[in-house]
Amino acid sequence: MSTRLFGEPVARREDGRLVTGQGRYLDDLGHDALAAAFVRSPHAHARIRDIDVSAALDADGLVAIYTYEDLPERVRDPLPLLIPHPALTHGRTAYPLARDVVRHVGEPVVMVVARDRYLAEDAAALIEVDYEQLKPVVGVEEAVQGAHLVHQDVPGNVGAHLVQEVPSPGGAGAEQEVDAAPHRLSFRLDIERSASMPLEGRGVYARWDADDGSLRVYSSTQTSTSVRMAVAAKLGLPLPKVEVIAPDVGGGFGVKIVHPWPEEVLVPWAAMLLGREVKWTEDRREHFVASAHERAQVQQVRVGFDDEGRVLGLSVTILHDHGAYTPYGIIVPIITATQLLGPYKIGAYRVEFSSIYTNTVQVTPYRGAGRPQAVFCMERTMDKIAAYLGRDRAQVRAANFIQPDEFPYDQGLLFQDGRPLIYDSGDYPESLRLLKELVGWDDFHEVKAEAARHGRRLGIGIGCYVEGTGVGPYEGGHVQVTSDGRVHVSTGLTSQGQGHETVFAQIAATELGVPLDRVSVVTGDTRRFGYAVGTFASRAAVLSGNAIALACRKVREKALRVAAEALEADPRDLEIEDGVVRVAGNPGAGVPLATVAVLSNPLRYAFDEEAVRATQFAGTADLSRPPVDDGDEPGLEGRDYYSPVRSTFASGMHAAVVETDPDTAEIRILRYAVVHDCGRMINPMIVEGQIHGGVAQGVGGALYERMVYDGHGQLLNASFMDFLMPYATEVPYIQTAHLETPSPLNPLGIKGAGEAGVIPVSAVIASAVEDAEGIPVDRMPISPSELHELRRTSRR
Amino acid sequence: MKPPPFDYHAPHDLDEALAVLAGTGGDGKVLAGGQSLIPLMNMRLAAPAHLVDINRLAGLATVEAGADGVRVGALARHAEVERSERVAQVQPLLRSALGHVAHPVIRNRGTVVGSLAHADPSAELPAVLAVLGGSVRVARHGAPPRDVPAGEFFLGPLEPALAPGELAVSAFFPAVPPRTGTAFVEVARRHGDYAMAGVAAVVTLDDDQRIAAALVACVSAGPVPVVLDLTAACGRRPAASTDWAAVAAEVRDRVDPDGDIHATAGYRRHLTGVLARRALRIAAAEAAGEYGWTDER
Amino acid sequence: MSGKRGWPVGEALHEVSLTVNGVVRQARVPARRLLSDFLRHDLGLTGTHVGCEHGVCGCCTVLLDGAPVRSCLTFAVTVAGQEITTVEGLAGPDGEPSPVQRAFAECHALQCGFCTPGFLCTVTALLRDNPEPDELHIVEGISGNLCRCTGYQNIVKAVGRAAELAREGGEGTA
Ligand SMILES: Cc1cc2nc3c(=O)[nH]c(=O)nc-3n(C[C@H](O)[C@H](O)[C@H](O)COP(=O)(O)OP(=O)(O)OC[C@H]3O[C@@H](n4cnc5c(N)ncnc54)[C@H](O)[C@@H]3O)c2cc1C
Ligand code: FES
Ligand code: FES
Repeated sequence: MSTRLFGEPVARREDGRLVTGQGRYLDDLGHDALAAAFVRSPHAHARIRDIDVSAALDADGLVAIYTYEDLPERVRDPLPLLIPHPALTHGRTAYPLARDVVRHVGEPVVMVVARDRYLAEDAAALIEVDYEQLKPVVGVEEAVQGAHLVHQDVPGNVGAHLVQEVPSPGGAGAEQEVDAAPHRLSFRLDIERSASMPLEGRGVYARWDADDGSLRVYSSTQTSTSVRMAVAAKLGLPLPKVEVIAPDVGGGFGVKIVHPWPEEVLVPWAAMLLGREVKWTEDRREHFVASAHERAQVQQVRVGFDDEGRVLGLSVTILHDHGAYTPYGIIVPIITATQLLGPYKIGAYRVEFSSIYTNTVQVTPYRGAGRPQAVFCMERTMDKIAAYLGRDRAQVRAANFIQPDEFPYDQGLLFQDGRPLIYDSGDYPESLRLLKELVGWDDFHEVKAEAARHGRRLGIGIGCYVEGTGVGPYEGGHVQVTSDGRVHVSTGLTSQGQGHETVFAQIAATELGVPLDRVSVVTGDTRRFGYAVGTFASRAAVLSGNAIALACRKVREKALRVAAEALEADPRDLEIEDGVVRVAGNPGAGVPLATVAVLSNPLRYAFDEEAVRATQFAGTADLSRPPVDDGDEPGLEGRDYYSPVRSTFASGMHAAVVETDPDTAEIRILRYAVVHDCGRMINPMIVEGQIHGGVAQGVGGALYERMVYDGHGQLLNASFMDFLMPYATEVPYIQTAHLETPSPLNPLGIKGAGEAGVIPVSAVIASAVEDAEGIPVDRMPISPSELHELRRTSRR
Repeated sequence: MKPPPFDYHAPHDLDEALAVLAGTGGDGKVLAGGQSLIPLMNMRLAAPAHLVDINRLAGLATVEAGADGVRVGALARHAEVERSERVAQVQPLLRSALGHVAHPVIRNRGTVVGSLAHADPSAELPAVLAVLGGSVRVARHGAPPRDVPAGEFFLGPLEPALAPGELAVSAFFPAVPPRTGTAFVEVARRHGDYAMAGVAAVVTLDDDQRIAAALVACVSAGPVPVVLDLTAACGRRPAASTDWAAVAAEVRDRVDPDGDIHATAGYRRHLTGVLARRALRIAAAEAAGEYGWTDER
Repeated sequence: MSGKRGWPVGEALHEVSLTVNGVVRQARVPARRLLSDFLRHDLGLTGTHVGCEHGVCGCCTVLLDGAPVRSCLTFAVTVAGQEITTVEGLAGPDGEPSPVQRAFAECHALQCGFCTPGFLCTVTALLRDNPEPDELHIVEGISGNLCRCTGYQNIVKAVGRAAELAREGGEGTA
């Protein structure tokens, strides 16, 4: 292929509109739509005794008020449980508007529609809801006591319980191996809540065409195809009459994969009922209390190991806080449980988790999705083993690595897609070597000692991870070359800043041999592509990228076939370069793809001059065959799907140098180094951007961000003033190095890159702070105040 | 998050403003830069019936730096005061504190007097006014303006000594006396956040370079800026032989901060001690003419 | 009985006239209309984004008489008669993107693009006041704007690059 765009740091094609203010985000649409606002529960747990809307009825601009009682069949049902799992014995989802009981602060109780959002909020403020307060359940440890219940029919507040066990090669269980090991440790680890927190909140805008009986919904979602199916089902509409479009989306990071949100059902429903356009744009406070959080877990670890630090047995028990409802099933704790082993070969492993209801915002995946907790657990374990044995922390990790010649490596577990967890490829020793070099691991003790002589406290930390990426079931791609020579690519999954318009165009341009500027890409628009799963789990490039490549290959094959006839050549001698099909090595003879597209579609009517060539009297046809051969189709287009047998496994290792202030306990990251392997890179500039962003979120999760609930279930920091996302001043410079071990599982050899950056950061920073301070760090995030208290309690 | 409705008044001069404000009774609020008031309104935590917008009172957009000090009018934005070289000469503490007030973009709009009138104990400027012994000039309709000393202006959290109908027209920050140095240091969670703890210090030396007066005002250490006179604790010694650890200990003992989600009370107390020590040493060095101490660390 | 967007009789309306990106624009709105909503919904200039409505994220930053301010913490009535520049007005008169806009694209300083208009306005003013900022000034200058996607590294790089482009072009950046 001559047009080698695959692998190049091509500038993004979406940027032209985004830097000039021409992006179209959800709230930029629907200028004349009515606005929705919600009355949301101020209590974590309460029974609704009465809703009095009378004062609001005279509010200026009011159009409608809806409570649960107003909702029709299906709309009034609980929202779907998206990912059922046999271990989720007590899955519970919310009603779109609360029915009888509210289970977290922020749960929607009443929907108000008014002429604009100001007026809708005015009316909402006039609605009085009478609540009987119930005992709130906050914190997993309190919840498992079961003294008070989030759902009356869920004993002990346990939604799910799952055990996975991988015996040692000798057949012994993990507990047995731990007991028999030369050395043993047991400890507890804690991780607190954070959240995706995209800068654009959620939002839905619906237009009902009563004459046509059709509905168009715009949603700031990570999955327009599935929102479409859910909305059609809830509203009882035929699927072909519903279109869902994800416009430009201002970040997702997981929270927008959940669907249908109550608002995604209610807004279209109200639009149909009222015969008016209706829009709801989530505000920041709503996003804090009414979307989703993640991360909180309590982990109990028992580990047995030998003198080299090789893990012989590992047993982990996890209490996972999944908030008030489980719409997304138990994907997060499953990922924690199954990705915990990282790049290591463990003797025997047992993991048990209980997923626990609390009266807090529901927990669904946030970038990394359970992996940051898993890596925190495994990497803290490695550090503790090293500390116990007095060995170098990198060396202990190396002693446990799966070796490059051991792939495919079967970890013996069932992954989040219900398929075996088999690592496809990687080179962990090489990653570690690169990382140590990048961060100066081996000489760090000198740097540290020198700093100490000046009264400064430095520490270095390390963290390794393996990330299952590109989970199925499938994605598809459609590629069409039109008679102007342009290439139109569409895929059903959505974009939230990953640069899909660019990377998918790179793939198509490379496969079809056309200049990049001739390719355009549409994502997340069900009018263009109806079958898709969505953008999550670092899967877009792997799934849609490969599907588009396969669709392009179909188009290419047909283009060569059609051109061969026109050129009277053997298709095997043809190549496409710069949008022209020609005989290899003979630059003279060739037909442009535009012409091939014309010839691919036998015509009766010539709508322009070019089209004349394809009409029935043009004299080019083989009269012994029908104009469209059996098994062929008119047009130069192709559609294909990519459905992997199992996930690919990207990997990486991070290291950080931190400085802690001996007096103020401030923690500063001085250096941050990343080695990353996501297989073949389509666009290294974009991969690097994904890593930077991930690390920044990781730094937030390690040092700044948490969701602080009080005992009443009130979220105390539901604003950007108090939920501390890092600014430029808090994020260190990130050095990166790439390793490319291609995945053997897919045609392009790629693995996913979207989540990687965030995964090991809490583990790395904990490791570094521990190194600087000489105090175990078993709970993240850590603030200066907490470090100060740690110092006090460990009497330093 | 949209503000509730209110009656809007946009007076063009001070007299009109005072008259309008008097007419609103207790339900009127002054709108200056809006950088504290509008967030509260957007969250519907504040819902004044009337807003008296002083942004057209060009006469209040003044920053006058004279030999005796700096007088800042009610419409002078943080950024203007921060940028003024004259202000930095007359009272350098203003610039060093303003660098910690939010972010540059907020400082383009927020006002110094608004910050004092807001009376947030975790804000920087109230501590500056307090440690310098400055004052706020308060006007009301039909009465002569009065100057309220800093010590009487901050009554409690978000509680300034402003009666309904009163407008703070300016604030006065006295100049640094001779042989005096100042410093402002703080620790915030993120750069630009309100401080978990902060200390404004003023140190004056005598002719023998010994500490003649040492005063601090602590941020986020109580319901109002906590002013402590540490002259005795410093013990009239040269800075180099002062027992700073003892001074810090005294500060720690005398403040009584609350804990919150960002910091425990104990940590704030500890931090206030650490920062007092840092601030005093910088101020003492500056008083002694040892420059190059601009970095607070 | 009602204004352009159907404001009720109950609430007084104010004729607000502003010069936005060099053009005089006006609308009748209640006093509580935030400048961000005024620009986005009354004038249809949706390039200015809203991420928090309490002054922290910086998405809504616009230039008010040349100085960056939060449009979500400003009532439109307050700034009547003044000049506003939004992201839509940063490009040259011929539509040529400004050095700051070009540098952001060139350095991959945006992903989802939601924070970008606020950064572009902030940085435009920053470079006008300080055409050759060092890295510390850059970081301080953008320290009031949140970005959840990029980790800022490429934004910092883009600001340096924009300064370079502006010098090469021999032009200011505003
Ligand atoms: C993201 C963010 C971060 C911030 N961080 C900090 C920080 O770290 N430190 C800090 O100190 N501040 C911080 N602030 C607040 C900022 O400094 C404000 O500018 C300041 O507190 C108030 O000034 P203003 O002119 O905006 O007042 P406004 O918001 O207009 O008014 C505040 C209050 O004071 C009253 N008021 C204002 N002026 C007068 C007057 N002349 N007479 C009588 N009453 C009056 C108002 O009625 C209102 O009650 C931050 C703000 C934001 C949005
Ligand atoms: S929307 Fe104005 S600062 Fe966030
Ligand atoms: S690019 Fe998405 S928030 Fe900055």
